[in-house]
Amino acid sequence: MAKFATLSFQKDEMNQELSAFFRSMLENRAVDAVLAPMAQNNKGVRLTLVTSPAHLAEVDPFAPIAAVSGAKIASAITSRPSGRQVAMVLRPCEIRAVVELAKLKQVNLDDVLFIGLDCLGRYENTDFAKFREQGGTTEAFLENARAGKTSLGEIDIIGACKICEFPAADNVDLRLCALGAGNGNVFIEAVTAKGEQALEKSGLKTGAAPAGRDGAVKQLAAARAAARDKKFAEFRAEVNSFEALADKLAACVNCYNCRVACPVCYCKECVFITDTFRHNGEQFMMWADQSGMLKLPSDTLFFHLTRMTHMSLFCVGCGQCTSACPNGLDLMPLFRTCAEKTQARFGYQAGRSPDEEQPLAGFIADELVEVTGQVK
Amino acid sequence: MSEFEPQIVAFFCNWCTFTAADLAGTSRLSYPPNLKIIRVMCTGMVDPKFVLKAFLNGADGVLIGGCWPGDCHYINGNLKARRRVANLTEVLKQFGIDEKRFWLRWIAASEGTMLKEVAGEMTAKLKELGPSPLRTLGKMAI
Repeated sequence: MAKFATLSFQKDEMNQELSAFFRSMLENRAVDAVLAPMAQNNKGVRLTLVTSPAHLAEVDPFAPIAAVSGAKIASAITSRPSGRQVAMVLRPCEIRAVVELAKLKQVNLDDVLFIGLDCLGRYENTDFAKFREQGGTTEAFLENARAGKTSLGEIDIIGACKICEFPAADNVDLRLCALGAGNGNVFIEAVTAKGEQALEKSGLKTGAAPAGRDGAVKQLAAARAAARDKKFAEFRAEVNSFEALADKLAACVNCYNCRVACPVCYCKECVFITDTFRHNGEQFMMWADQSGMLKLPSDTLFFHLTRMTHMSLFCVGCGQCTSACPNGLDLMPLFRTCAEKTQARFGYQAGRSPDEEQPLAGFIADELVEVTGQVK
Repeated sequence: MSEFEPQIVAFFCNWCTFTAADLAGTSRLSYPPNLKIIRVMCTGMVDPKFVLKAFLNGADGVLIGGCWPGDCHYINGNLKARRRVANLTEVLKQFGIDEKRFWLRWIAASEGTMLKEVAGEMTAKLKELGPSPLRTLGKMAI
């Protein structure tokens, strides 16, 4: 039975209200630390781990930026646990990535209180800087985005967000709700018993769900799903052969930044940087001999196809791959369209549930008969 | 004009399919020479990257041959292989390589004749299908 607390504020005081809420969680020992997006002295917003209530003044959770996936931060903090309770304020895509990482034993969920943000989209890091330069505020962004306008002049939210069907987070203890809220309030929803306890400790009174909350979330999710289907169809019509794929990846220089940025690519040492791919001169010459020429660096298609094989089952569509590419490759649609197919093959959805076994983590004797087409 | 001869890279598990190939040989069964056989200890050790590498280097078909479910020498390697093949097939399908070129088949140690049949069937089907779309791409894009 969900419980909602309302945080009301005057114009431009939303972050002050949120800061007070987090401060009360620390002061009342609901948690030992808070990980929340925080403004960094006019240099953007970054997830910051705060253990002292005095340092929460600059929180800006709803700022439309995610410079790096919070799931990687969650993994860094918990994979070798500190034993201290942390409240983590994360976007839906970050939470979904955390769910996958937990199954891959890269995140420990035990000492974490998850606070999921409603997310109406993020700007690329450089666009966010422009947004701030033009006087953009988080509150103004929320107000406009709720009314359907995410752009400001030339800049707009990234492609991944435009087609993201998860504006509200699941698998969290608390939700910070901006959808269904007005311009002077934000709701805090207790989703689990753990969340309820934390809410009680912060001293906020709770009530029933605000009217319009459910509808607002569903409406946005539906609009995004429609945009997603359109984008996927366009992409698939364009990239339906290896030639077209090679064309699409022509600007790739094997820097592997997409792999580093991807929250669910979790190998500490990717095979592509091991000796397996440290070919010697003789091999390069031999391959060049085979068809008369060899583009270098080599193994570009191989890298992306391997990433698709390795992680498309966990892809949550966060778009950090596109954000990270120094040569402007729009990788997100490639991975999302691939993920739709591979996840569907196994009836799996990345980030849906921590209890749902990942497809390649298990097997049963009687299944996938169509793969061999043989019946004994 | 010579007929197109498909190049098929075949990963055969040591205990079943490779033994079946051996049996086909000792039984003097004839089958097309288009298979390039690579012996692995179990289909469970066939890394999807081996298959990707084979296709990227121009293989017209890839065949993985292993023990029937329940008979794997390592209990469940073949079951893992089956899920991996399903996953990899979904990836490759998007760009033009599907189940017609990438096969997983269960061929037991005693099934020498089945090996002959599968090899013949795959070669014939690939002759019809033609060369792999990756052959024309060449090393420009790899």
